[in-house]
Amino acid sequence: MAQVLAPGTPAPNFNLRVTPDQMLSLKELAGRRVVLAFYPADWSPVCGDQLAVYNQVLPEFRSRGADLFGISVDGVWCHQAYAQARNLRFALLSDFHPKGGVAAAYGAYRESEGVCERALFVIDEKGVIAWSYCSPIAVNPGADGILDALDRMQEKESHGNSKSATVSA
Amino acid sequence: MAILKVPLSARDHVIGGENAEVTVVEYGDYECPHCAAAHVVVHRILQQFGDRLLFAFRHFPLTEIHPHAGPAAEAAEFADAHGRFWDMHNSIYANQPRLSVPLLFTLAGALKLSQSELQDALATHRYAQRVQSDFLGGVRSGVNGTPTFFINGQRHDGGYAFPDLVSAITRSMTSQPHA
Repeated sequence: MAQVLAPGTPAPNFNLRVTPDQMLSLKELAGRRVVLAFYPADWSPVCGDQLAVYNQVLPEFRSRGADLFGISVDGVWCHQAYAQARNLRFALLSDFHPKGGVAAAYGAYRESEGVCERALFVIDEKGVIAWSYCSPIAVNPGADGILDALDRMQEKESHGNSKSATVSA
Repeated sequence: MAILKVPLSARDHVIGGENAEVTVVEYGDYECPHCAAAHVVVHRILQQFGDRLLFAFRHFPLTEIHPHAGPAAEAAEFADAHGRFWDMHNSIYANQPRLSVPLLFTLAGALKLSQSELQDALATHRYAQRVQSDFLGGVRSGVNGTPTFFINGQRHDGGYAFPDLVSAITRSMTSQPHA
């Protein structure tokens, strides 16, 4: 399994196609919490379940101030067809050209097979990786790790706030 | 390894021995074809292990892809309020290929449950909260698709074919002798 970028590492910026005529860069998301879910391929059964679960858990991510993006090496038209077929309510980014370039920057590219690892990253408002996880490629990692990481960030934040409130009082 | 975060309690739907050696918790969706296949396997598992095993079913409806899974889960909870959870559960899986809201009324009628009361329960989402709390508990436990099984609290990452489940359950029984 690949060594994915560890917590505390600044998340490498990217600029990827999110629809046939739109690009999205990580920088544009500054100030938001971002969940990146790298997965091997559209349409494959395990990813299907994984993304279906994330789709269903989306309100939980959003209520914690986080935006979710799926990333694979599939092309933008493939993503579009897949997202429509599965009724996905979050965006899929296309790490298509140069193939797997962003996945490689995150340590989440499987060179031998030419696909992304099944890797998860939670990135904080400042663009620093707060949590990362690489699952065995055949095991769907679920959403519990992501939610736990977002909850820890929230706890830290409220703890910080209450501390500063005490100081100013 | 993902661990079941919500322990079994009185609110769970269970079958099997109170002093069972092993517990199996399934998170399932009534419209998921894999769950329908697993439902048949679970029956065989219950026969195989008898009172040595305690089985619980929790809801994990993926309503974005399965529009009937939500009402079906709510209808099962409605039946539960009348002591007929497992009858409704079995009927829904037995009729899954033609699952629809009208079918739920037919099944309720066949169980001599009030169809108008079911209609009211579905319209007001009386049991939606109950279903959603199963779902969220499942998410926090690492349920990653349907069906997901937890054997003695550990997520089972193998297949759900009969031999796969039997060997995982047997392994769990021998590695964790009941205290």
